[in-house]
Amino acid sequence: MTVHDNLVCPFCGCCCDDLKVEVVDNQIVSIENACVLGRSKLEACDADRYTTPMWYEGGVLQETSLDEAVDWVAKTLIRSSYPLLYGWSSTSCEAIKLGIELAEEVGGVCDNTTTVCHGPSIQGVHDVGEVATTLGTVRHRADLVVYWGCNPVHAHPKHMSRYSLFPRGRFVRRRSERRLIVVDPRRTDTARIADEFVQIQPGSDYEVISALRMAVRNEEIEASEVGGVPVERIEGLADMMTGCRFGIIFFGLGLTMSDGKNRNIDAAISLVRDLNARTKFLIMPMRGHFNVSGANIVSTWQTGYPFAVDFSRGYPYYNPGETSAVDLLSRGDCDAVLVVASDPVANFPAAAVRNLVKVPFAVIDPHKSATSACACVTIPSAFVGIEAEGTTYRMDGVPLPLRKVVEPPKGVKTDEEILRAILRRVRELKGGG
Amino acid sequence: MRLELLVKNGFVYDPLNKIDGEKKDIPVRDGKVVDRVSSSATVIDASDMIVMPGGVDLHSHIAGSKVNVGRLLRPEDHYWDVVPKTPVTRSGVGHSVPSIFTTGYRYAEMGYTTVFEPATPPLKTSHTHEELNDIPIIDKACFPLFGNNWVVMEKLRDGKLDECAAYVAWMLKATKGYAIKIVNPGGIEAWGWGKNITHLDDEVPNFGVTPREILRGLCKINLALGLPHPIHVHPNNIGTPGNYRTTLETMRCVEDLAKDGKPCIHVTHIQFLAYGGVDWLSISSHADDIASYVNSHSHVTVDMGQVVFGDTTTMTADGPFQYRLHQITHNKWVNADVEVETGAGVVPITYLRKNYVHAVMWTIGLELALLVKDPWKVYMTTDHPNGGPFTEYPRVISWLMSNKARQRIIKRIPRLARVRSNLSDIDREMTFSEIAVVTRAGTAKALGLKDKGHLGTGADADISVYRINPKTVDPSSQYREVRRAFRRVAYTIKDGEIVAKDGQVVKTLTGRTFWVDPAIPRDRMEQTVSELKGRFEDLYTVRFANYGVSEMLLPRSTPLITQSSL
Repeated sequence: MTVHDNLVCPFCGCCCDDLKVEVVDNQIVSIENACVLGRSKLEACDADRYTTPMWYEGGVLQETSLDEAVDWVAKTLIRSSYPLLYGWSSTSCEAIKLGIELAEEVGGVCDNTTTVCHGPSIQGVHDVGEVATTLGTVRHRADLVVYWGCNPVHAHPKHMSRYSLFPRGRFVRRRSERRLIVVDPRRTDTARIADEFVQIQPGSDYEVISALRMAVRNEEIEASEVGGVPVERIEGLADMMTGCRFGIIFFGLGLTMSDGKNRNIDAAISLVRDLNARTKFLIMPMRGHFNVSGANIVSTWQTGYPFAVDFSRGYPYYNPGETSAVDLLSRGDCDAVLVVASDPVANFPAAAVRNLVKVPFAVIDPHKSATSACACVTIPSAFVGIEAEGTTYRMDGVPLPLRKVVEPPKGVKTDEEILRAILRRVRELKGGG
Repeated sequence: MRLELLVKNGFVYDPLNKIDGEKKDIPVRDGKVVDRVSSSATVIDASDMIVMPGGVDLHSHIAGSKVNVGRLLRPEDHYWDVVPKTPVTRSGVGHSVPSIFTTGYRYAEMGYTTVFEPATPPLKTSHTHEELNDIPIIDKACFPLFGNNWVVMEKLRDGKLDECAAYVAWMLKATKGYAIKIVNPGGIEAWGWGKNITHLDDEVPNFGVTPREILRGLCKINLALGLPHPIHVHPNNIGTPGNYRTTLETMRCVEDLAKDGKPCIHVTHIQFLAYGGVDWLSISSHADDIASYVNSHSHVTVDMGQVVFGDTTTMTADGPFQYRLHQITHNKWVNADVEVETGAGVVPITYLRKNYVHAVMWTIGLELALLVKDPWKVYMTTDHPNGGPFTEYPRVISWLMSNKARQRIIKRIPRLARVRSNLSDIDREMTFSEIAVVTRAGTAKALGLKDKGHLGTGADADISVYRINPKTVDPSSQYREVRRAFRRVAYTIKDGEIVAKDGQVVKTLTGRTFWVDPAIPRDRMEQTVSELKGRFEDLYTVRFANYGVSEMLLPRSTPLITQSSL
């Protein structure tokens, strides 16, 4: 039996690094400290997966060899005039680097799942900046925690216990020394434990934030209620915010992807900026996949841009809405697609999926998924953080090492190995041509 | 065996070996400068050209989380400066915060071969190293931040200097860092509560220690650990009118600690620290006070932090300063606090020639560089990208070498800025040899890099050849030619290989990562580790086992083992 301690969980952006697993005969037999999400991933990593590359031949799904699959992908990418390489948020930074290199080599677009998740948050940052921190400062100092448009009880189950509400910090010692505000159209399970639950009308985030900004600046609000919230309540919330010693807003897709999108984030960051004239206040997006931050970070340092990077001109070009995956596919611009560690068929709008399945496309993923069911070629890969090592970035940008605790099934390679093979083959073919 | 090279017939400027523009051949074998090479060596004809050791930049923000957030913040900074892929180079973008490959190429194209990232939050240092690893060609290193570290502040408060030294040694080793960086000592911890520290004797909230004690403590530790570079200090009150007093006090506060007349403190980007006046209206240059202190003391070295007019991005670990800059400029603002250790901020800025404050800043950097008599004490930087992007170095060189080039600008800045600075009266013009000191020899010496910054036998074969003839070109009047030559190198040789030719990268290779491994007694290290393990989870949100940087991560790890007196 081997015991692996201090394991970084490869599920959500919390990247909890306190997991302990026991392995017997290459099987995980016990898991400690993981939340229900992390546990489900670690437990189920053996179920429902391919162990050899698959492709459709004559309309029938058949096994093929890795070399042939790699060759198919390489030739498809070279033949394509505008390929899309999409996914990246559930793999290691090392694999992401290879993905960017491959996209550059074939003159394609490299986009990650940020495009359908916190993309607008990042555009908000382009507009006004960000007031960020690592999670530890929240643990040590925050006496006011706001969750806006997110439900960590279900989506980031250990977020509150490790980082925000419950942990013992240096200056704030316990839950009773902190106040929790939850803003959401729904009474979520997070809302149930809030000191203040503010139920706003769906799609009214921008108005409510703007009203809060006015209240923080001591301006008079003419309306009697904003977004379903009485003005007196808004003024009370503003007083809580200006009156705390150290506050933080964690926001989720409820803020990012509802009406207003990047303008909501722009407003939220501006609110926090205003609050810093009165007290200490910070803001952080609740990132979903364990390495979606890493996908943005690596892409930014290598290309200057965090997602939706288009190499078709020979240099990195970025214009979300033009070069982002959903838009490219919806317009039918791409003539080949490589999906890595993601499931766009299950998540993208129908118009995008319809065009995706029309073009030659391959997927590299450990799971059987809706995407792999439609792909011309599926190359199974090892689970990063369980069967393969690498680097990941927590939602606050703290880099953490992912470890390998079990061997992948025989013949299954890591994303890194597969992408390196494709890149090599692309260069061979281009050199030869 | 690798190719041999012979850099033939150039005018060699190698101040460490007292060679001042003599015609000389530089033979190279296996990445080192040697006595002679065989007749089969590749000959680089450097006739009518200047030959210098490869440039060594000791303070340039090129990698790590705050640099990257600067890139993220400013797509508008990249759009107009694009770098297409070539058969030998990767694509990328400029401008003030270039993408990572472009950073390496642009340095090499100017003849720089070693660049140090001067601020990394220890918790995120594996990010910094991942970026450094991606920078092609140049050798590099990074300085972890210590000036607001809880463990450091507690140990210094409790007078446990030896324990603190052991902790610093552990941290340098754990993060693969090169030197002790101190930014706004105590002030960033105060910024954790939205406050700041403005005086050397103010107590850090909750920690019962003062900036003076932090500075002195870390300076003593630096000496005790025998580190190659002195404490690298960004003092309190940066960018504040009247701050020259704090700067002088910071230099004075470690005056008695120096040994054998060697420097024990490097005060960085001194331009931002030499302001007189009481507010932005009355701001003036106090470069002369700072320079006369530096001239009369041997324990301090400085670098310029020159401002270059144009658009750039400011970024420092000094969170409170960046917030203030945001309030002044109303430009977009990034703050990035880091638990237990430090913080950071990023704000874009456009330095305008017609802006009185910016013009004063411009004069101060040059004044300092020219008033400090000994070029071995003042180095050329723009605190990239804070004063301007590193790609502007050739302009700075032309200003240092030509009074005419300076006067052209002095004439066009606001009159008030002109009269509140002594720059118009300074007619000193640096020679090529002095430029070699402030851009390579002096910096290499300050960093303790024995094989860099010179071309003696055994030195690293990092060589830059510039297309300019010192016998026929008078830099004082022909400063445009100087600028052009330093912008596009004729040849850059790194580790004995030609990496850039005619200002274009022709080959890429992987540079070294320097870090220090202070040799301290084993029991002391074990004691530190066990104490730290015991409280690590009280401090951080990551486990001890997941902290730090494995040497495996560094493709060309180059540790420097130092002898400590612990």
